[in-house]
Formats: sequence, structure tokens, C-alpha cells
Amino acid sequence: MEIFEYAPAPESRSIVTIRPSYDLFIDGEFVAAKSDERIVTVNPADEEPLSEVAAAGEADVDRAFTAARRAFERVWSPMPGAERGKYLFRIARIIQERARELAVLESLDNGKPIKETRDIDLPLVAAHFFYYAGWADKLAHAGFGTRPLGVAAQVIPWNFPLLMLAWKVAPALATGNTVVLKPAETTPLTALAFAEICQEAGLPPGVVNIVTGAGDTGRAVVAHPGADKVAFTGSTDVGREIARAVAGTGKRLTLELGGKGANIVYDDAAIDQAVEGIVSGIFFNQGHVCCAGSRLLVQESIAEELLAKLRARIERLRLGDPLDKNTDIGAVNSAAQLARIRELAAAGEAEGATGWSPACPLPERGYWFRPTVFTGVTQAHRIAREEIFGPVLSVLTFRTPEEAVAKANNTPYGLSAGVWTEKGSLMLWTASRLRAGVVWSNTFNVFDPASPFGGYKESGYGREGGRHGLEAYLG
Amino acid sequence: MPDTIPGSLRAYLHGLPGVDEVGVRKRAADLATRSIKTTAKRAALDLAIRMVDLTTLEGADTPGKVRALAAKAMRPDPSDATAPPVAALCVYPDMVAVAAEALAGSGVGLASVATGFPSGRTSLEVKLADTAAAVAAGATEIDMVIDRGAFLAGDHGKVFDEITAVKERCGEAHLKVILETGELVTYDNVRRASWLAMHAGADFIKTSTGKVAPAATLPVTLIMLEAVRDYRAATGRQVGVKPAGGIRTAKDAIRYLVLVKEIAGDDWLDPAWFRLGASTLLNDLLMQRTKLSTGHYSGPDYYTID
Repeated sequence: MEIFEYAPAPESRSIVTIRPSYDLFIDGEFVAAKSDERIVTVNPADEEPLSEVAAAGEADVDRAFTAARRAFERVWSPMPGAERGKYLFRIARIIQERARELAVLESLDNGKPIKETRDIDLPLVAAHFFYYAGWADKLAHAGFGTRPLGVAAQVIPWNFPLLMLAWKVAPALATGNTVVLKPAETTPLTALAFAEICQEAGLPPGVVNIVTGAGDTGRAVVAHPGADKVAFTGSTDVGREIARAVAGTGKRLTLELGGKGANIVYDDAAIDQAVEGIVSGIFFNQGHVCCAGSRLLVQESIAEELLAKLRARIERLRLGDPLDKNTDIGAVNSAAQLARIRELAAAGEAEGATGWSPACPLPERGYWFRPTVFTGVTQAHRIAREEIFGPVLSVLTFRTPEEAVAKANNTPYGLSAGVWTEKGSLMLWTASRLRAGVVWSNTFNVFDPASPFGGYKESGYGREGGRHGLEAYLG
Repeated sequence: MPDTIPGSLRAYLHGLPGVDEVGVRKRAADLATRSIKTTAKRAALDLAIRMVDLTTLEGADTPGKVRALAAKAMRPDPSDATAPPVAALCVYPDMVAVAAEALAGSGVGLASVATGFPSGRTSLEVKLADTAAAVAAGATEIDMVIDRGAFLAGDHGKVFDEITAVKERCGEAHLKVILETGELVTYDNVRRASWLAMHAGADFIKTSTGKVAPAATLPVTLIMLEAVRDYRAATGRQVGVKPAGGIRTAKDAIRYLVLVKEIAGDDWLDPAWFRLGASTLLNDLLMQRTKLSTGHYSGPDYYTID
């Protein structure tokens, strides 16, 4: 019997008002879509519908681009940078004021735990707007051109809905571009709340336009001839499709795609903190993280000890109601994603790896997957090569630093990596040889708006965040 | 019985895995966000009261002060008989006889600091005599200090030998070894000193004397909880942990219990294996306890100042 078991500590959802239905946000107003198609967005933790949103058709997308073009030419690009910065500062402050409401809404729509939306997503969203607000009047010192490109077509994923919006919208606006943004079909609600924030901040109409919808809407957005720039975060398959659609059009393109990050643990690592880093590397946001440390590369001499500690640590993870403040692992975002995770986990077993999960009970309704660790994985297994985008860790071992680097780089992706050693020279030696856009040193999945983020190889091109993130929006 | 460390003590202690400072602070800060409400809070408050080593370690301590504190230890809340007694009363060696008489038959433990507390800057003979006198006067627990100077000078053998010698003088009394982590400074040192003390025979490892700042902190306690967890896995022997100094509010105390639960595990959630060294904490625990059952706060004047 448990001596001191945590009682439920749910965050109240009464702070959020979700409308039964949402229109498109075009030219500063919510307007009914010309298309009749609607999309129902559900709470992945209990499969209950939250609201329904419009699925924008080509005519709707066209209207959004017309508004964005007008705003670009007449208001936003002629405006002095210092004035644009004021709007961005105002948006950042409103986000901070409404942080709790937005955190609850994000947890409801996405399924991620409230402690992540409250302590990570929302603070980073506000920080990103503050950071780029500061650049708005300093573009001449960034080392790139100072002219905006025009209208940016932006398509974002469901794993960090509001944070990915911030990564796209903040630099675009700071540099004088206007945007047409399509949020993911399973997580449109915080983007629509952001539309309200734009109204509250008095942002000139047409600077930000938000068109909800699924794949067809996304295709219409990136293919629209009025787009001067396309920015996409999502799967590598869709990224390829977009690259083909954009090829030869003269549109600028940045892609932030999949990953299969290696987390390298040397035998002299601070082992307890390495265990924490492995856990946050793969179980943060249920593993729905493009830069997740989904491949653990552990030096063979400490593998047994490390894995024993890792299993004991995973046993303590609390899976369940995303709105409970003590929940560590929330719900998988959608039935489709859950099916993909199950399919790949089954492939891991079928190919001869050994899966292990803690004995935690799963809620009856909703989309759930236990944290899972596969040992006996080889480089040839699908679970070592394909992005699972779920709470599934593949464990491989190595004998020497050369072998660690060779295995870490032996992937079509190159988004992130982590290195754990107490020896500074080995840290630098390893980091300089890893072909990954981000290399974390004795930590993992830590973000900062001042730091550029992006990938090598099939993980995409271009950088978001930091000074480098301005380049994608300046001519 | 102290076990023996194979080979060189220094090589052994420096062979322990390092501690990443940023990582351990982040983990402690994450666990501090656990939300403990309603039934969990009630269980935690009662458990925390039962884990308190109610402490008075002042130059101005008198028999009257010690007797008053003993009464409080046995019956912390005079207006509520359901409030449990604390784990132990903690005093200087010369007050042990007074305290023993006041606590007789109550079941509340009697801890005495010893070995030249708090600095420990005296000879081994004096330290052993100090210990023996406290035990003879009725102490059931001895809180010794390690020789931090010897530890920082690299003379681990001296620290080890002193602990084993004091342990021998303790006889039946439980030995708590105070590392004074505020003077060891680095987390690597805390981990090494923890393992050194456990191998030398400590029944408990304790953070601080309360006379040096910083005293107990969450990251330091986290490292010591990892040490006792890993030591039991390696040797089969369970050692207790006592953070002391600076724990003043019920909220602080509950954060420590969360650490115990999630780092060492439920086996340590017992006054036999975890203590909170404190003087002013008890009244806040009692106030929060009353608040939970009545729904409102009573003023501080409704709790005794002893």
C-alpha cells in the first residue's frame, strides 16, 4: 500500500471558454468560410469533441492572401521597425497575461500535460515574441538584408501548436512580412485564440491571417501564387511534397522536418542526470518532438547499470489526465498517430528487439501509449531508423567514441543529438563530429528563442530562432 | 558493522559517478512543482510531524527550555489530541539528562549532537568522550559532525576512522552523520561524503548543523537520497536521511517528502528512515493541519511557542 499517494490535482478548465464553432480569421475579423466543410477537434484524453472549425477551401485561402498582400503593401512593410516592435511586445504581454488560459486550452486540444504547457510551452511562446520584438528595429545590424519578402505561407504541426505558431509568426512580423498561417487540423484552437490576441493587440487587419483545415487547405496555402515565402514544420514526407510544389516558383522555403536524434551516454557521464536527460529526451510531450532523443546510444560498459536506473525512473512517471498538475505523460494527440506508434512498436518486436513498459494503468477512453524502451536494437531495425514520434526509445550500445559518432550519424535525419560526459575534451570532440542541427551537452530538449534550430539532411533546411531565424524572412 | 572499502578510499570515492549541477537542480525544481492536495496533503502533514527532530541548539538553552520543548514533542498540539508526537527531541549533550527525564516512557526519541558540534574542531578523545557522555545520559540517537577540514584536505581515511570510532561508542544508539554540506560546497563532494559515511557505519546521513548557510537544500537532499538508494541496492543495508536547517514551512516539508517518495521510494517514507531537523517548522505543520480539518487558519497565538 502507498503511504503517501498524490490525490488528483486538476487544473480548472473553467478559465477557458471554447466556442462551439470557429470561423476563419482573415483581414482582422472572424469570417465564415465559403467552403461548407467543417472539422471537429476532439480532446485526445477522452475523445470528447471540443469544437468544430472551418476547413478553408481555395477561395478562402485566396481571400486570406489578398488581405495579407494589402496589409503588407499599405501598412506593415512601410511601418518603422520600432512601431512593428511595439505590436509584438504587446502580443507577448497579452500572451503572458492569458498564459494560464492558453495552457489549459493547449492541454485540452493537444493532450500534453498541463505542467508542460504551463512551465515550458507558454513561457517559450511569450519569450519568442519578446525576442523578435527586440529585433524589429535592429534589422540593419543582423547581417542580412533589411527588406521583407512579402507574404509568408506558414504551415505548422500539432505537437507544439502555439509554440510553432510563435516560431513562425514572430520573426515574419518582426521583419515586416505578413502571414497566412494554417494550424494543424487536430490542434487549431490555440491558433484561433491567438487570432483574438491579435485583435486585442490592435494589430492592423491582414497582417496575420489564420486559415484552419487539413491537408487540402495546407496544399492550397503553400501552392498559392501570392506566397513569397513558404515555411513548414512537419513530417519529412509532406516536406518533400512541399519542396516539389515550390520548386521553380521563386518562393523562398524553409523546412523543419523529422528526426531520429541520438542521445550518446559515455561511461563517465553523470549517470543520474543522464537518466533524467534520456527521460526528457524521449518522453517529453509523449515523444511528439521532432528533435526527440529517440535513439539512446550507451557505452556498453555501463549499459546494464544505466538501463536498470532508467527503468526504475520510468516506473515513477505518472501517466493520465493531462490537466492534472502531477501528470508527466499525457495523451497521444490522435487516433492516427496512436496507430502509427503501435505499428512501429509491433515492428520492433517482430524484428527481434525486446520491448519493456512500466505496469501503469491506461485510462479507458482517449489515445494512450505507455512509455516503452526497446533493447537489443540494431541499426537495421525500423525502430532505429524511422521516426516514431511517440514515447518509444530504442537502445543501442557502442564501444568507442568513434563508434558512437558513426552510429549517431548513420541516419537520413540530422536534427538533434545529445552527449553525456564529464570530460570536456570528449564533449567537444564528439559535438564537432555530429551531423545534427542541435547538439545538447549534458542536457536534452532545452529551448531558447536566442538559439537557432534546424536540421541537416532529411531533417530540413533553414534555421528558426535566434539571429539566424531572421534570414529566412529578409531579402 | 562498518564494511570495508576495497583498495584506496580516494580512488573509490572519486570513482563514483559525477553529479551534473545543472541537471540535479532542474530535477529538484521539477519535483518541487508537484501539487499535493486534500487527502495527500493530510497524510503528508501527519507524516512530516512524525518525522520532525524537534531541535534546540542554543548557547542559551536551559533545563526549563528543554522541558518545555519535550512537552511539545510529546503533545505538539494541546488542543488536538489527534496530532501525532514528533520523532525525537534534539539537544546538546549537557541537556540530555534533563530531556531524558522529561521524555521518559513517551516513545519520543532523544537525539544529542556530539563530537564537538558544530565545528568538530577538537581531538578524537574529546569527541569520543562527548559521545559516550551523551549515550550514558540517555541519548538514543547521536548526531555527529564529520571533520570537514580533513575531508577537504583529502584525508578521507581520517574522516572514515572517526566515524567508525564514534559508531563504536554509540553502542545501541543510532548514529546520524552530519556532512555539513554547506562547507563541502560541491555536489560531487556531497555524494562522496555520503558514501564515505555510509561505508563507515552511519545509520543516517544528515545535511547540516543548521549553523552554516546554506543548510539543507532540495538538490543536496536529492543527492543524498540517491546515495542511500544506490547504497542499499549495492550492499543490502538501508541508511536514513535527515535534512536539517532552513526547513520552516509545511510547503517546504512536503517538498522534501515528494523527493523521498520519487527518489528513494516509499521504503524511506517512515520516521525510521527520514527525519526533518527543525525548530520552527512544527508550528506551521500544525497550523496547516488545523486549516485542513476546520477550513480556516487560527492565528499563530493558538500554537505554543516553546
